[in-house]
Amino acid sequence: MKSYIVKRLLLAIPTLLGITIITFGIIQLAPGNPVERNQQLEQGIQSEQITKEIIEQTKKLYGLDKPIHIQYWIWLKRIATFDFGDSYKDHRPVIDKIKERLPITLTLNIISIFLVYIIAVPIGIMSAIKDRSLLDRITTFLLFGLYSIPSFWLAMMLIYFLGGGEHWDIFPIYGIQSANAESFSFFKKLTDFLWHITLPVICLTYADFASLSRYQKGSLLEVLRENYVRTARAKGLSEKTVILKHVLRNSVIPIITIVSAILPAMIGGSVIIESIFSIPGIGQLGFEAILSRDYPLIMAITTITAFLTLIGILIADIAYVLVDPRITFEGRN
Amino acid sequence: MENILEIKNLSVSIGDKQNGFEVVSDVSISVPKGKVIGIVGESGCGKTITALSVIKLLPDPPAKITSGEIIFKNRNLLELSDEQLRLIRGNEISMIFQEPVSSLNPVFTIGEQIGETIRTHNKINRKEERDRVIELLKLVDIPDPERRYSNYPHEMSGGMCQRVMIAMALCCNPDLLIADEPTTALDVTVEAGIIELINNLRNEIGMSVILITHDFGIISEIADEIYVMYAGRIVENAKNELLFNNPKHPYTIGLLNSIPDLNDIKNKYLKMIPGNIPSPQNYPKGCRFNDRCEMMIDKCKRSVPLLEKVENEHESACFRSGEINL
Amino acid sequence: MKEETKLNESTGYWRGVWTEYKRDKLSVLAMFLIFSLFLVAVFDDLLAGKKPIIMKYQNNIYSPAVFNHKKLIGMDFSDQDEIKDISSFVIFPPVKYSATENDLFSVLSPPDKNHYFGTDDRGRDVLSRMIHGTKISLSIGFVAVGIAFIIGITLGGIAGYYGGRTDFVISRLFEIMITFPVFFLILTILAFRDPSIYNIMIVLGATGWTGIARLIRGDFLKIRNYDYITAQRALGANDIRIMFVHILPNALAPVLVAATFGIAGAILTESALSFLGFGVPPPTPSWGDVLSQSKKYIDFAWWLVIFPGLAIFLTVTSFNLVGEGFRNALDPKLRGR
Repeated sequence: MKSYIVKRLLLAIPTLLGITIITFGIIQLAPGNPVERNQQLEQGIQSEQITKEIIEQTKKLYGLDKPIHIQYWIWLKRIATFDFGDSYKDHRPVIDKIKERLPITLTLNIISIFLVYIIAVPIGIMSAIKDRSLLDRITTFLLFGLYSIPSFWLAMMLIYFLGGGEHWDIFPIYGIQSANAESFSFFKKLTDFLWHITLPVICLTYADFASLSRYQKGSLLEVLRENYVRTARAKGLSEKTVILKHVLRNSVIPIITIVSAILPAMIGGSVIIESIFSIPGIGQLGFEAILSRDYPLIMAITTITAFLTLIGILIADIAYVLVDPRITFEGRN
Repeated sequence: MENILEIKNLSVSIGDKQNGFEVVSDVSISVPKGKVIGIVGESGCGKTITALSVIKLLPDPPAKITSGEIIFKNRNLLELSDEQLRLIRGNEISMIFQEPVSSLNPVFTIGEQIGETIRTHNKINRKEERDRVIELLKLVDIPDPERRYSNYPHEMSGGMCQRVMIAMALCCNPDLLIADEPTTALDVTVEAGIIELINNLRNEIGMSVILITHDFGIISEIADEIYVMYAGRIVENAKNELLFNNPKHPYTIGLLNSIPDLNDIKNKYLKMIPGNIPSPQNYPKGCRFNDRCEMMIDKCKRSVPLLEKVENEHESACFRSGEINL
Repeated sequence: MKEETKLNESTGYWRGVWTEYKRDKLSVLAMFLIFSLFLVAVFDDLLAGKKPIIMKYQNNIYSPAVFNHKKLIGMDFSDQDEIKDISSFVIFPPVKYSATENDLFSVLSPPDKNHYFGTDDRGRDVLSRMIHGTKISLSIGFVAVGIAFIIGITLGGIAGYYGGRTDFVISRLFEIMITFPVFFLILTILAFRDPSIYNIMIVLGATGWTGIARLIRGDFLKIRNYDYITAQRALGANDIRIMFVHILPNALAPVLVAATFGIAGAILTESALSFLGFGVPPPTPSWGDVLSQSKKYIDFAWWLVIFPGLAIFLTVTSFNLVGEGFRNALDPKLRGR
């Protein structure tokens, strides 16, 4: 098992390098010369003119006037030292801006992932046990519908109906703490925070309920067909023991790896949700950076989120190995 | 001789009222105490379903037991509640299956899986349980049992896993062991070991065994009485020697003839039974073997032959069994 | 006694799949819906617009909605009453507004007998925008998935067929693509390049192939060891032929399911991009674009929110249902239940 973990970590290195190469490639796409830039006035987006100053800065930052392999080497060195340059907007070091905001996005996403699993896994199990019953059909139908709703549309609906205005005013829709939060006790600060992130978390999680519970159901039904379940019954174990002990653990194990799929999508979804709800996380930061063509910030966020996602995937893979004794290295895929 | 188990007129159907069909028809099997009863037949003849019916392990739906009784220790198992049945499974009647490795849960050690069975039916503390498990592992000839206790199924060979299954089946000293094709998935040499184990256990403990297989070789070695099944029915049953020396049903004869004989190299062709095994949806009317039988007469297409005594401890379900003399 | 056994007519694989698919009425309905959307997209000019479908003018029959008639160059179609006057016979599209005409007198008006779905902040008819937007959404969905399909099959096939080091390298590529925050990446690339409908299709396709690639790789790894592939090699078939003629058709089934879900996803992503202002540039109508306006007017212009939202929802649901239907139809364990 240890050897698996080591091998897995080693395998991540080429992936890491690959990430740097691709982000490097993206930099190359950035206009570094006075190319025509359409003002998207109609869409109401403010964008800054690419001024000569910005072009010069970009050139210096990424060495765009040097041969390409030198450019890449410069890029690599900077990543290693977390030196992503200074933001074009306010000239603060990009890394500082990210440091400020990262914890919030991380917290939001981690809470969301936990929530998804805590809700979807029992639903999937119940769905499997009561397969084809009326309750199951209704649940499947509802979840299916939920899955097809665009997240920004749901966000708008939630804001409209629950966030003040014409209808109920149950949840705040701006930021992560109330204006006078500084004076709150710790406990009150906590509840205030949770109250603020309720709507955003709903928007981040609702679609995954459907897919994860579906996978869980499928996994459980598959396990129920396995030979060892028949053996467990033949031994005289109660049905409750059969399900809770023999079936459950085996069916949840493959579901763990799905985190690797949920995580990147969630981080991407953060961009929209954070912007709509004005959550000061890196999603919002990233979106603003794109709007203002703040290249250092954009590149930094892309690279760092990719790294973080990779770490998330590694954790999921290692957790899988800890739980399933069958894993040899080759057998994993 | 007392019978530990009596299956009487068991019939099992698959499917619902509109498209249901019978896969086991009017099967009766008696298992005397301490004997090995062999049920032999080709794939799909219903022998596994019969076995699963005894402790009601049939997937219901779609399978349904439509008639019959299964008498065990003066009780009809088919009338028992789930809870009552649960107390019998693994405790008084145990079953082992064809694929030993996949029949064990991959995420638990074999020690835990055997121990769990003991724990379910007995009040016992952890230490005693572990000792008992190791004792059982020794009983089934697993070397180095203390170490094997913490092994996972995928770390053991097929033959070893089958021994573990047997240990698990025996842990509560059952009266009856049902073995459904226990060696079909194993290599021939491993197979011999398993059969020998079952044989020894029967001799030492006096356990009764129902052994299901399609392999006549195994049957001839270890079974005391043999039931031959075809298309959901019993077509012949007899004491071991009687079946092989004096078969009285065309199907049995066909099966025995189709076993290649190493000594008889002159015959270049294998003797086959012509035709194919019918599927349960298309069982022929009358005797189900009629379309493949060399001895078929008109009556065979119209009526179902019942098992009739042809000599002591020998029955055959064929209208013309009296004419068969080999 | 031998009996002649009749050879049953064997149904082809896809025929069997279709029979199985038909058993789920909801999925069939969804497929029907998608087909209708497809028709709407193809005939959008005949459904909504100012140009007549059929017009008899000076004893000739024209179809200005479909063709750019040379004889009618210069004719002004903006006033339908005028056209009625000069033609002996004319049929207009049922929705008589185009998707791009501004009408500053009826800005943000609720649905009424003229504008069935109301108007937006420039007085453009919402229904017409929705109809014309269908083509945009569907084509982006299909083309993007088409691109992803090609990339995915190629990379996945090569990885699965050759195995070894090739597989190793390509699998690393999979992993890299998966770790990137795709949506953010799309925004970034679109920000660097001018957003056009083609760029959007390419970017969506270039970032969405990993699912298909994984499926193909898995199947290729499995199938290439089958005996009949070995037999083909013995017969002298070369690698490409084996991959595309012999292995690929057998691996396609689950890819079909993934592709269908992929189209649903692409439509959702495109609408999100439009919502944020990174979608197809104006004045091309798109559902997400109508929704992005609704941000400002959500308090009272419910029609700007409901109709496009519903359209996206129904379309995406339909594709998901079809994908689901295929998945169930292809699963051998669920046959004949």
